[in-house]
Amino acid sequence: MQVVRLASETDFDGWRAAARRLRKTATPPETVFWTVAPDEVLMDGTPTGTAGEPADKGRGQSGDFRVSREFVELARSVVLHRSPERFGLLYRLLWRLEAEPDLIRIVTDPEVARAMDMAKAVSRAAHKMKAFVRFRRLEGVEPESYAAWFEPPHRVLERVAPFFIERFANMRFSILTPDATLRWDTETAVFGPGADPSAAPDDDALEDIWKAYYASTFNPARLKVAAMTREMPKAYWRNLPEASLIPGLIASASARTTQMVEQAPTQPSIRARKAAARLARDGSYDDVPQTLDEVVAGIQICRRCELWREATQGVPGEGAAQARLMFVGEQPGDQEDLAGRPFVGPAGQLFDRALAKAGVPREQTYVTNAVKHFKHEPRGKRRMHSTPDAGEVRACRWWLDSERRLVRPRVVVALGATAALAVLGKPTPIAANRGRAIPLPDQAQALVTWHPSYLLRVPDEAAKAKAWEAFVADLGMAWGLAG
Amino acid sequence: MTAPTLRRKLEILADAAKYDASCASSGSVKRTSLDGNGVGSTDSGMGICHAYAPDGRCISLLKILLTNFCVYDCAYCINRVSSNVPRARFSVQEVVDLTLGFYKRNYIEGLFLSSGIIRGADYTMEALVRVARTLRLEHDFRGYIHLKLIPEASPELVAEAGLYADRVSINIELPREESLSSLAPEKDSRTIRKAMGGVRLAIESGAEPARKARPRRFAPAGQSTQLIVGADAASDAEILDRSAGLYGSYGLKRVYYSGFSPIPDGSSRLPPARPPLMREHRLYQADWLMRVYGFGRGEIALDGGMLDLDIDPKLAAALRDRGDFPVDVNRADRERLLRVPGLGVTGVDRLISVRRYKRLTLEDVKRACRSLAKVRPFIVADGWSPGALTDSAGLRGLLPKERPRQLELF
Ligand code: SF4
Ligand code: SF4
Repeated sequence: MQVVRLASETDFDGWRAAARRLRKTATPPETVFWTVAPDEVLMDGTPTGTAGEPADKGRGQSGDFRVSREFVELARSVVLHRSPERFGLLYRLLWRLEAEPDLIRIVTDPEVARAMDMAKAVSRAAHKMKAFVRFRRLEGVEPESYAAWFEPPHRVLERVAPFFIERFANMRFSILTPDATLRWDTETAVFGPGADPSAAPDDDALEDIWKAYYASTFNPARLKVAAMTREMPKAYWRNLPEASLIPGLIASASARTTQMVEQAPTQPSIRARKAAARLARDGSYDDVPQTLDEVVAGIQICRRCELWREATQGVPGEGAAQARLMFVGEQPGDQEDLAGRPFVGPAGQLFDRALAKAGVPREQTYVTNAVKHFKHEPRGKRRMHSTPDAGEVRACRWWLDSERRLVRPRVVVALGATAALAVLGKPTPIAANRGRAIPLPDQAQALVTWHPSYLLRVPDEAAKAKAWEAFVADLGMAWGLAG
Repeated sequence: MTAPTLRRKLEILADAAKYDASCASSGSVKRTSLDGNGVGSTDSGMGICHAYAPDGRCISLLKILLTNFCVYDCAYCINRVSSNVPRARFSVQEVVDLTLGFYKRNYIEGLFLSSGIIRGADYTMEALVRVARTLRLEHDFRGYIHLKLIPEASPELVAEAGLYADRVSINIELPREESLSSLAPEKDSRTIRKAMGGVRLAIESGAEPARKARPRRFAPAGQSTQLIVGADAASDAEILDRSAGLYGSYGLKRVYYSGFSPIPDGSSRLPPARPPLMREHRLYQADWLMRVYGFGRGEIALDGGMLDLDIDPKLAAALRDRGDFPVDVNRADRERLLRVPGLGVTGVDRLISVRRYKRLTLEDVKRACRSLAKVRPFIVADGWSPGALTDSAGLRGLLPKERPRQLELF
C-alpha cells in the first residue's frame, strides 16, 4: 500500500503530481491510499510528504501520457468536494483512461457519473455562495469595511473569490469560512486559514430593512414552500438573516389569502366610470375622412378587418399632399410596422435606389400601401410576411381611396399584384400589363409594375439585372406621364 | 400626520411591486468594477437569485415602485386610483441609498424600478430615469438595472432609460385586446405596441456611444413583458398565440405569466380569487416548448383550448400524437429526441454524446433523465421495446403522477 499525503484538502497540484508519478510506475488504484497532511505538519513548514514532487518533473520522458482538458477541469472541481473518496476516485478514472480513452464522455458510466455529480455539487455550492454570502458592515471602521461568515457545503472559497473581487473591487471586505478566509483591501487578496464565526460582526442596522423587504415582496397567495427550499436549502438558513422570518410568513399565509379573497370589494371610483363611458363613445371610424390627418388618425383606430390585432400600428402613406405621382405598395413590412412609416425596410431602400436612378424625387411623390396593417405569422424570434387576402384588400380600400381622393395624383403606380388589385379593383397580372397606361374612373391613369421585394427575390443574376432595368424604366415612364 | 419611516415606505412600495413576476438579472453584458470606482458586476449568463421567498420566487433585484400613487384605474392592480391601500413615495436619494446599501451587503443583483403614473407619463418616466442616472453616473454603479417604461413617455426619455438600464419592460397585462379597454380604461394597447416596437428598433440599432459605467448598448438584456392569467376569459391557446406574436414582433427575451392574484382591497369589476398557479406553470412549460423545442402552438393547444392541468404539455402532445412514437434513442435525430416526454435538452445532449461510443440501453437512458417511467413507453433502446404499451388506452393512468404544486400549501 502506497500512502500519498497531500498538502491541503484542495491540493489539486499535489494530487496531479502524485497521480502522474503513480501512473508512470503503473501503480494500481487499489494499492494507493490518499490522505491530507495534518495541519501541524503544514504549520511547521515541513515538506508535504510523498506528494512533494514538482508538477512538471518527468514530462517528455518515455511512458508519458496525455489526458483531455475535460478531465483536468473535472478533476479540478471534484477536488473541492468534501467527500473523502475524491482523490481515489479521480485516480481510478485516470487509470481507466489508458484503456478507455473516451471514458470521460461516457457520462452514463457509474464512476464517471459519480465524478460528474461531485463536480455538479461543487459548482452548485459555488453558485450558492455567490448568492447567499451576507456582508455586515464593521461598525465604526473607516473607510467602510465589510465582513461575512459563511459555511459552504464544499471548499469553494478560492473558486468564487474572483467573483467577489470583481464585484466589490473598491470595497474592503473579508469572507470567513471554517476552511479558509479571504481578505480584500481593494488591491490584493490574501487567503488565510479557517476562521470562527465570532470573528465576523454579529449585526448590521440595514438587516432589519432587508428583512422588511423580504417579508413584503412575498405573496401569501402563492405559497410554494418546496420550491423555496429546493433552491434555498435549509442548511444555508442559519447564515441568512431573512430566513428567520420564514416560519412566521408560512404560518400566516393562508389566513392572509382568505382575508383578501373574502373581503368585500370597494366601489370603483367616479373617474373609472367616466373613462369607461368615454371609451364606449370612441367606436370605429366611419365618417369619410376630409383631410390626410384624419386618414392618419383613422387608420390607428380602424377595425375594418382583423389585421390590426397582430400589428404594431397602422402605417399611413407619406409624401407630398398634392403629389402628381402616387406609389401604392402591398402592405407595411416588419421594419415599417415598427417605425410607422412606409417603405423604410430593405424593399424600401431598393425602391429609393430605383427612384434615384430613374430621376424621380421621392419627396415630390406620395408613397402608400394597399393594406395599412402588417399581416404576418410568428416564427420563433421572427415574423414572416403573409399576403393579404382579397377581403382585407377590399376593407382597406376605404383608406386608399380616401388618400387618392385627397391627394388627387395624375398617375397611380401599383407596385405588385396586391396593389394592382387595390388600385384597379380586379386581378391584373403584372407581366402582361406593365409598361402601358390604364385609365382610371377618376381621370387619373394607372401603371402596374413589380413590387420592389420581387426584385430582391429574383434568383438568377441576369434575370435580376433585366428586371431592375425594366423597373427603373417603369418608374421613369410614370414620372414622365405625371409631368 | 408624521412622515412614514423608510422601513414603512419600503413595505408599502415593495408590496405594490410584487405582482410583477419578473425578477431576472440575466442576459446582460459582462461588467466588473475593477476599472471603476463604484461597486457592481454583471455577466452574460443566468444571473443570481440571492434569496427565495416562501412563494418559491427568486429574489434577485430590489423590486420596488418609486411611488404607488397612480392616476389610472386598472382593475387588476393594487395601485389603481380607486383602491384604498396606503400610499407612499420614495425620493430619488432613498432609492439610490437602498440599492447601494443592499448591493454592498450582497442581498441583491441590482434594482428593478417601476412606478405608478403620477402627473403624466413624462414626469413619471423622468423620475425613473433620474434614479438610474444617479446610480450609473454619480456612483458608478455597475450592477443590474431593470426599468419599467411608461409607453406614453417621450422617445428621448425612453432612449435615455435604455442607456442606463440592462433591461426594460412594458407590461401588456391582459391577453385580450378587448379586456384592456374594459379593465384598464386609461391604457391603450396601440401605444404599448408602438413603444415596444420602438424599443426593438433601438435595441437593434443600439450604437449609442459607450461610457464606462453604462451598458454599452441600449438595454443589452433586452425587453420583456407580462401577461396576467385568469383576469380575463382568454383561453390558453389565445394566450400562447399572443406570446408567439410578441416574441416574433418585438424580439422579447421573455413573456412572464402571472396568475391573477388577490390583492388587498380588490375591485368589484374583478372579484379576487386564488391564483391559478398550476395553469400558470403549464403556460410557462408550453412557452418553453415553443421557444426552445420549436413546437407550434397547434401542437400544444387546440384552437380556443386549455392546457391539461394534470400532465405537462409535452406529455399531453405525445399522448395525442402516439403515431410518432416510439423513438429509437440509438438512431433518432436531436429534434425527434427532444419530443420524447421526460427528456430535456441536457438529457438529449448526453444521450447523443454517449451513443457515439456505445449502444444505449435503458440503463443509460435512466442516468440521462429524471424519471424513466415517463420516458419508457415512448422509446426504443438496446434490449427495450415498449411493444403495445405506447398505444395502450390506459397509458395515461400508468404514468407517474406529477404532484400538483398547489398541494404544497400544507
Ligand atoms: S388593414 Fe386596413 S382595413 Fe384592416 S384594420 Fe388595418 S387599416 Fe383597417
Ligand atoms: S397604471 Fe395601472 S397597472 Fe400601472 S400602477 Fe397604475 S393602476 Fe397599476
